[in-house]
Amino acid sequence: MAAVTYAAKRRRAALRTLGFLSPWLIGFAVFFAYPLVSTLYFSFMHYDGFRPPVWSGGKNWAYVFTHYPLFWPALRNTLWLVVVMVTLRVVFGLGIGLLITKIKTGTGVFRTLFYLPYLAPPVAATMAFAFLLNPGTGPVDSILRRIGIPAPGWFGDPTWSKPALTLLALWGVGDLMVIFMAALLDVPAEQYEAAELDGASAWQRFRYITLPNISPIVMFAVVTGVIQTMQYYTQPLIAGKVASGVIQGAGTQFEPGYPDKSTLTLPQLVYNLGFQRFDYGSACVVALVLFALSMAFTALLMRRRGGLIQAGDRP
Amino acid sequence: MPPATRRAGGKAVLALTASVVLLGAACTGQSGAGATDDPTKDTTITFWHAWSAPNEVRAVESLVAGFEKAHPNIQVRVVGDMTDDKINQALRAGGDRAPDVVSSFTTNNVGRFCSSGALVDLDPFLKKDGIDAATTFPRAMNEYTRFDGNRCTVPLLGDAYGLYYNKTAFEKAGIARPPRTWSEFETDAEKLTIPAGDSYEQLGFMPDYHGWETTTEHYLAQFSPTYFDEKGKSRVAKDPAFRQGFALQKRLVDELGGFRKLERFRSTLGDEWGPKHPFHTGQVAMQLDGEWRLGMAEAAEPDFEIGVAPLPVPDGQEDQYGKGYITGTVTGIAATSHKQNAAWEFVKYITTDTDAVVGFANDIHNVPSTLAALKSPKLTYEPRFKTFLDIAANPRSTTTPPSVNGGQYLVTVQQLGYDYESGKVRDLDAGLRKAAAQIDTDIAQAD
Repeated sequence: MAAVTYAAKRRRAALRTLGFLSPWLIGFAVFFAYPLVSTLYFSFMHYDGFRPPVWSGGKNWAYVFTHYPLFWPALRNTLWLVVVMVTLRVVFGLGIGLLITKIKTGTGVFRTLFYLPYLAPPVAATMAFAFLLNPGTGPVDSILRRIGIPAPGWFGDPTWSKPALTLLALWGVGDLMVIFMAALLDVPAEQYEAAELDGASAWQRFRYITLPNISPIVMFAVVTGVIQTMQYYTQPLIAGKVASGVIQGAGTQFEPGYPDKSTLTLPQLVYNLGFQRFDYGSACVVALVLFALSMAFTALLMRRRGGLIQAGDRP
Repeated sequence: MPPATRRAGGKAVLALTASVVLLGAACTGQSGAGATDDPTKDTTITFWHAWSAPNEVRAVESLVAGFEKAHPNIQVRVVGDMTDDKINQALRAGGDRAPDVVSSFTTNNVGRFCSSGALVDLDPFLKKDGIDAATTFPRAMNEYTRFDGNRCTVPLLGDAYGLYYNKTAFEKAGIARPPRTWSEFETDAEKLTIPAGDSYEQLGFMPDYHGWETTTEHYLAQFSPTYFDEKGKSRVAKDPAFRQGFALQKRLVDELGGFRKLERFRSTLGDEWGPKHPFHTGQVAMQLDGEWRLGMAEAAEPDFEIGVAPLPVPDGQEDQYGKGYITGTVTGIAATSHKQNAAWEFVKYITTDTDAVVGFANDIHNVPSTLAALKSPKLTYEPRFKTFLDIAANPRSTTTPPSVNGGQYLVTVQQLGYDYESGKVRDLDAGLRKAAAQIDTDIAQAD
């Protein structure tokens, strides 16, 4: 009898736990698990949105990896942006955060100034950058030419288009600045005082006190940065459109990643294949590649850096 | 795994699979609603179109008002500025707010509209009303509105492409008349080009494929290419017209300053749809463009006289001078519509009623899309516009054929153009072979 009561109690406890977890479980099932399984399913189907889906085996996978001419350039661009843009954004955001926490006067003004660009709508910000960096009429190149520096083609030159996008991302680094600033202010002051008494240099204080204390935040910034960059869509699309001078209107064709596919990213392919060519199967393949890459990057980073555990939290 | 758990796991997998399959099934099979509605009863239909300029929107409103006057029981809810992407997505989504009638600015998607069943076959409707498409619409327009035996669209005005030129600049350069062959065109473009340092005071012609309407298909039309053979395979690598067209454009790029210099100049120019278009401002002396440019250019009040002519033809084919690229707006009825008979009344009015077509063409400065409208005395146009009417009526004028995956093959051809003009592709024949293989692969993927 006692055993039954114990089992019943355990069952009730399990049900209670499940009850409390159910909102998350339902959300997970509806918004993550189901779409993921569905995406996997449709990646093996020929489906145009009108005719019923037809099993096509690995045809979509073979098409995307071996015949779709935009896949590999888009993958290369996405990886370039993940490595270069995310790294520079984290370094720049941390640098601005350090500066803001050090200055004594006008802190509020500088915080506002550095945060404001982050609030600019991406389309407007990208268009503004495209005009500023216009190689023919933009003020940036005019100034560079006046002081005798060769003016790059920026969004009009395949070599410079991704660096131009990186500049745009650095301009809007306000989100990282805020979280780094909060983390930096949270580092115990007495640790710096003790280090100073021991004669530690500024670099040594940063390397052995600041960095270990804020490493979970750095990791958070890198992981979320990687995921965001994997989903990078609006800015490269708008930059390419504005720089090409051919605005996609009614009746015009999709032009991939002007100039010379250099601003093409994987999410643009998902849209192109899924909602312009209506080849949902191939779009699902690209979406799954994106998912796998995001998971791989995140797992790699978490393993190498010990996840979001602070130095002092390790057992 | 214990048997009970295995059974439960099996059920879960079965349920999951079933739900996925059911969702897949639920997302499909929306066509075939059938035309069972009574068009004589009071109803409201939704019409999506792509026009957005104020004068164009007014013209559409006037056209719709004419229909509502003739059919007081049918109200039309009009939604403008709709791209093909949005139209295609809405046709798949269906629902109460989805369009009953759609119109697209391009013929590129006719193949996709027809083959997917997104738009209904209009032949039964035409037959029911005794309308013979072959004797109602001009030949090319009749062709580009159907695919593989399915007429899912009908033409709603047309576009013809020609050459605009700055008469004042021509006089200054000592050029007596517009060029008729591409050789003459190359010579004139160089004569009209006035360099200014590393840029231009005046460019004879902007040959780059990003120069707005100077796209591959518009150049190539003057060489009368055959895009597909009878089996539907690409002829891009086989038909010499493609090689000649690409080579001409590349020569123009090289002769007029080179790709980099031209692109840098292009980045300083105004946009295609604004008053600062480089032809309006005199920065470019010749422009390949559609018939709508005449009204837009005159509205910008340029300080020179505008001339209009057909585009040149290849040397040795002077007898074909007068032809051009033609395309147009098409319209059709959504397969998801439950008001297809009422929708047909509207489509019939706007595409086959001579006075309606003429009125719309007059308002919007497009080429009429019925043979009767082309001959109508009510058609008003200034003398230069007749050049485009003649191009549209020219039996040698060509268009781009519909394909099962829409205009994807044109994107591939255009991409080769970008790569060739920039020097990324140097071996044109190899580039053409690769493009042809890509087109065939893309079609096989879509089929």
